[in-house]
Amino acid sequence: MRASRLRVVDVDLCVGCQCCMFACNRRFGEAGLSKSAIQVSSAGGFERGFIVKVCNACSNPPCARSCPTGALKVREAGGVILQAQKCIGCGRCVEACTVNAIFWDESLGKPIICTHCGYCVDYCPYGVIRLEVVEAGRLD
Amino acid sequence: MISGDPISRVLYVDLSRKRFWVEERRELFEEYLGGVGVGIRLLLEECPRGADPLGPENPIIFVVGQLNGLFPAASKTVALFKSPHTGNLGESHAGGRSATAIRMAGYGAIVIKGSSDIPLYLSITDKGVGFRDASALWGMATYTTGRVIREREPRAGIRTIMRIGPAGEKLVTYACVVTETYRHFGRLGLGAVFGSKKLKAVLVAGKSSLKPGNSKLYREVYKEIFEEITKSDLMKKYHELGTPMNVLPLNRLGALPTRNLTSASFEQAENISGETFAEKHLGRRVACSHCPVSCIHLAALREPYEGEPYFYKTRMISYDYEPIYALGSMLGIGSTEGMLKLMDEVEILGLDAMSTGVALAWTTEMQARGLISQEETAGLKLEWGKHEAYIRAVHLLVEQPTPFFKALAKGVAYASAKYGGGEFALAFGGNEMPGYHTGPAAHLGFLLGSRHSHLDGAGYSLDENLLKKGEKPTVEIVVEGLLAEEAWRQVLSSLVVCFFARGVYKPETVCRALKVLGYNLTPEELKKLGWKILKHKFEFKLREGFNLQALKFPERIFEVPTPHGMLSKDFMEEALKAYRGRVEDLLKGNL
Repeated sequence: MRASRLRVVDVDLCVGCQCCMFACNRRFGEAGLSKSAIQVSSAGGFERGFIVKVCNACSNPPCARSCPTGALKVREAGGVILQAQKCIGCGRCVEACTVNAIFWDESLGKPIICTHCGYCVDYCPYGVIRLEVVEAGRLD
Repeated sequence: MISGDPISRVLYVDLSRKRFWVEERRELFEEYLGGVGVGIRLLLEECPRGADPLGPENPIIFVVGQLNGLFPAASKTVALFKSPHTGNLGESHAGGRSATAIRMAGYGAIVIKGSSDIPLYLSITDKGVGFRDASALWGMATYTTGRVIREREPRAGIRTIMRIGPAGEKLVTYACVVTETYRHFGRLGLGAVFGSKKLKAVLVAGKSSLKPGNSKLYREVYKEIFEEITKSDLMKKYHELGTPMNVLPLNRLGALPTRNLTSASFEQAENISGETFAEKHLGRRVACSHCPVSCIHLAALREPYEGEPYFYKTRMISYDYEPIYALGSMLGIGSTEGMLKLMDEVEILGLDAMSTGVALAWTTEMQARGLISQEETAGLKLEWGKHEAYIRAVHLLVEQPTPFFKALAKGVAYASAKYGGGEFALAFGGNEMPGYHTGPAAHLGFLLGSRHSHLDGAGYSLDENLLKKGEKPTVEIVVEGLLAEEAWRQVLSSLVVCFFARGVYKPETVCRALKVLGYNLTPEELKKLGWKILKHKFEFKLREGFNLQALKFPERIFEVPTPHGMLSKDFMEEALKAYRGRVEDLLKGNL
């Protein structure tokens, strides 16, 4: 079985335009940023370049291990799928994520986690991010 | 307008009373879309007739538009105020993350009134305004101020930090406001208005969402516009070399103002070209939020510390065409290193690079002619090409140790009225000249444009297009061309789309984008709106004493040939007359 995962190819290519953030939000037909699962911020000022925060597609994700209700199901290609009906909105996953890539949906009171759909990739004109297709179970 | 769009919320902040409130102004945003259209109406409401630009009565108005946050390259914020530099309409645009942050915080406009007793900075979110003590930041450089606030406040990545440097605090009338370290509300002295209010910085942060009625259409139109931007030559033009790509072509044309426009070509242009900057120094390119172009070019300047072997610092300094003109060719500086050091000081102090360069060029000529003494310049001797002295000079502009520097801190129009040298003081309507000696349209545009900027009617582009076609400028072509362009640009700056993307946001495309928001406007209706906004701008200008009869060109522009030959005074006078007639028509409502 083949599955996909998002990868940050080279963060130094990033110009900080944040078009990926807006793209992520548009998946739901909405403009803006509140539902974006990817975030670009400067590494302490524009002169120092940028940090791209997005799910690392861990094969043994700490977020899933931290979830008390088992709402985060580990994906074949790494990362997790949020089963929203199980999620009680405790926020432990946000704390547990080592790379700070779980965001919070204020309107729903639930986490926002990258689904590795790759919609943002089409809106990154600099090739900072890429969607990789991997054989399940053979992540590396 | 999108149903429930919070853009109609105007946030009012009173610095005197340290309070804030929100007013719903839906009708204003429905009619004028946002940006400069809404801004000029708010300025007419909020700024009392005859207001002192540095008094508490002068409002600072930041406005975004309905396309901000929705479409790419709609990345600008418009600031409106009464300018302490010209004593009239103050309008300046900047990108960075300002537009995204204000829009996503759920406001269409922020109106800052009054003045504080102690230095303050504001921290604005969807929840309201935090008033923060900025006493410790007073006197700090623009970079340092940004660093401190970045560390102290949350919401990295979704915020803007607009701040002033010492120039704004010392009320230099062409002090700028810096945002995201490298973008500026550059012209007409917004920095001094901040300073007069003891306002060191404004942070705005937000991350909301908006739901267009037809999300399928939204995604479709978005994709079209995004692809057009990224595939057009706009991308190549502004992304690769950036605006400094203009240095060599303008120099070849004989349109690059040099040494206070005693010449229009610079023998060292190759040394300061976009190509040279890129090859020697380009260290990083960055973008405004929601714009894929990334036109911002940062030079990495590596310098050794004196007396410390193998100890270096690397400064990242942003460069663009206008600073290269104003702080380079205009001052006869032909070394990128010298120029970058000077640009960095201008940035640290928070000065408008263009006005500063022109002010120093004028001073250099004044000294060379013996019209001011070295005593008046606090012992400083300025010479073309000597960047060290110019670095000292920009500090003196801010410190103002002598009456001469106090006058120069108000611009060349003011200083030349006191010290003479008006014939070669390159100010138009009180604002220092941009870097284009391309022909009659450029200079008419500087004088007649509502903010005395090359970006009002883009006369330089009109001149260049006529040259390409081998046509001679006529009064009608120039006047009608300038006005029609300026009127259309009012629409773009109401949305607020970056002018660099104007080739993509053609009237039909703007109509399509606005359809997503529920508007059914035709290109003709949009253009009419542009004229209406321009009319309001002239209403403000005339109310504040703008006199179309009193407008004058600096003598110098008639002494140096342009690519269209020597400028003719008769032609320029005739064009002025035609323009006055058109403005009178406009004010009567004949668009």
